Amino acid sequence: MTNHDHELIRMPASALAEKLTSGEVSSVEATRAHLDRIGAVDGEVHAFLHTDPALSLRAAESIDERRAAGESLHPLAGVPIAIKDVIVTNDMPTTSGSKILEGWVPPYDATVMQKLRAAGLVPIGKTNMDEFAMGSSTEHSAYGPTHNPWDLERIPGGSGGGSAAAVASFEAPLALGSDTGGSIRQPAHVTGTVGVKPTYGGVSRYGAIALASSLDQIGPVSRTVLDSALLHDVIGGHDPRDSTSLTDEWPSMAEAVRRADVKGLKIGVITELDGDGFQPGLLERFREALDLLAAAGAEIVDVSLPSLEYAISAYYLIMPAEASSNLAKFDSVRFGLRVNPPGGGTVEDVMAATREVGFGAEAKRRIILGTYALSAGYYDAYYGSAQKVRTLVQRDFAAAFAGVDVLVSPTAPTTAFKLGQNDGDPMAMYLNDIATIPANLAGIPGISLPVGLATEDGLPVGIQFLAPAREDARLYGVGGALERLLEEKWGHTLISQAPDLAPGEMNAAEEGAV
Amino acid sequence: MSEITQEQVAHLANLARIALTPQEIASLTTELGSIVDNVAKVSEVATADVPATSHPIPLQNVYRPDVPGTTLTTEQALAGAPDHDGSRFRVTAILGEEQ
Repeated sequence: MTNHDHELIRMPASALAEKLTSGEVSSVEATRAHLDRIGAVDGEVHAFLHTDPALSLRAAESIDERRAAGESLHPLAGVPIAIKDVIVTNDMPTTSGSKILEGWVPPYDATVMQKLRAAGLVPIGKTNMDEFAMGSSTEHSAYGPTHNPWDLERIPGGSGGGSAAAVASFEAPLALGSDTGGSIRQPAHVTGTVGVKPTYGGVSRYGAIALASSLDQIGPVSRTVLDSALLHDVIGGHDPRDSTSLTDEWPSMAEAVRRADVKGLKIGVITELDGDGFQPGLLERFREALDLLAAAGAEIVDVSLPSLEYAISAYYLIMPAEASSNLAKFDSVRFGLRVNPPGGGTVEDVMAATREVGFGAEAKRRIILGTYALSAGYYDAYYGSAQKVRTLVQRDFAAAFAGVDVLVSPTAPTTAFKLGQNDGDPMAMYLNDIATIPANLAGIPGISLPVGLATEDGLPVGIQFLAPAREDARLYGVGGALERLLEEKWGHTLISQAPDLAPGEMNAAEEGAV
Repeated sequence: MSEITQEQVAHLANLARIALTPQEIASLTTELGSIVDNVAKVSEVATADVPATSHPIPLQNVYRPDVPGTTLTTEQALAGAPDHDGSRFRVTAILGEEQ
């Protein structure tokens, strides 16, 4: 890897895009630099389940040719992007982290893929995830866990740990994620990166393999707030193929970052998510960030959302209920794995044998839990009650947003924990999502961005902002402003402090050996 | 404590079409018991006067013109199937002998 490549991979997408537009750098160069980086560090990080260098380089070449021919291209044309494996791609296998879909190449592209390709972004590979997005650590991937680039013995978050680790380890400047209970925001928190869960319906879910249809949302993953905004502008908007897609006209999220200002902004601190059960060194960074915002003219007030106490419980009934229904499609008939039981059997026997072999432990746990919650005699007590809690959570948010512009909390209670630490204790794992789940229940947008390293372990800490439904631009405004304030204070970006995963890389380049 | 039994888990597994092993049924019974105990608190606040929310941003009557859209070809639809005869998915017997 040359010095030049070393710089290319560390650039934010916005800066790389400028160099591509000016012709200083070609998309082939940029794509090859990232593929080389994947080759150098992904053995340790394991962010990717699949790459196809020839395919990606062909896409890059075509962008370079169009640009050379004088065609006017999208500002992000030629920028490489990693794709969470929950999103179907018609030219790369799509497994959703499950053995039941091993090797499956979908016959169609997700709407977000069509939009990325139309804008000229270069898909660089599919990223690892908890099986069917069920988890907070990627340890439930059927293909082995992803490792956190800040400490390879720790989790990169989940379910989108692959996408977050890919951008954190400079394997891609951008990635797509999906967020059902925090799967974009919590990985951003533990990897010192940025992730956004848009308003429910703001980005098409067509071609996202469903976990829980009323909670799932595709969104951007990046190293800077502006990069997420630029990607959001590409993937957002109405899609007739997703009947839950909103028909709203959306403002430019990138403009919201460029105009970022918190003067006069009223920010509500969620009191239920600011104390008990949260790591002290993490709360220190959180409070410092609030002080910075206050010094820049924001008004900080405390806000209570009493129903949040019940949100996790409601989520772990609604999500498995919807998952048990969505995963019924894996029936060994139309796609994916088929396992014939010894001695043969009926189609139902084949189905049961296939699902026993094809699903991992967490998928089985949630399917059985969901089936239980939906069964006659329990439906009202569990699923019905959970849906009522959903109403209460929405009412709490509505009341809170009557008094403040955005809400704020730490993104998760702790920094990245060790791989294997929560094995065999599903409830302990579920509690990681306490701060992120409420937004999915209410359908509102949320962003996580880094605010520093926790005092006790030197690991990244994220802050989460939430806004009313349809007010995603507000998140980019406050996020962009806080990022600028923090970087002015530090004199550098947070991600520049991450350990160098391939320390030989630069020396070898200087010696001309690579 | 919830009253989830191994028989219940075996029944749920049958409904969900997963051929769980006896060991899996045993461990799932314990895990589900613990999870259900933790999530049962939703009924504390779910009183009769609270309406249920099934969808975060309700939309009604999402229609499109009644004209055929772009669909998969038969070939594309069969491309990922474990078994097919060129125009249809192929499966084993639908009914068992005793049926």
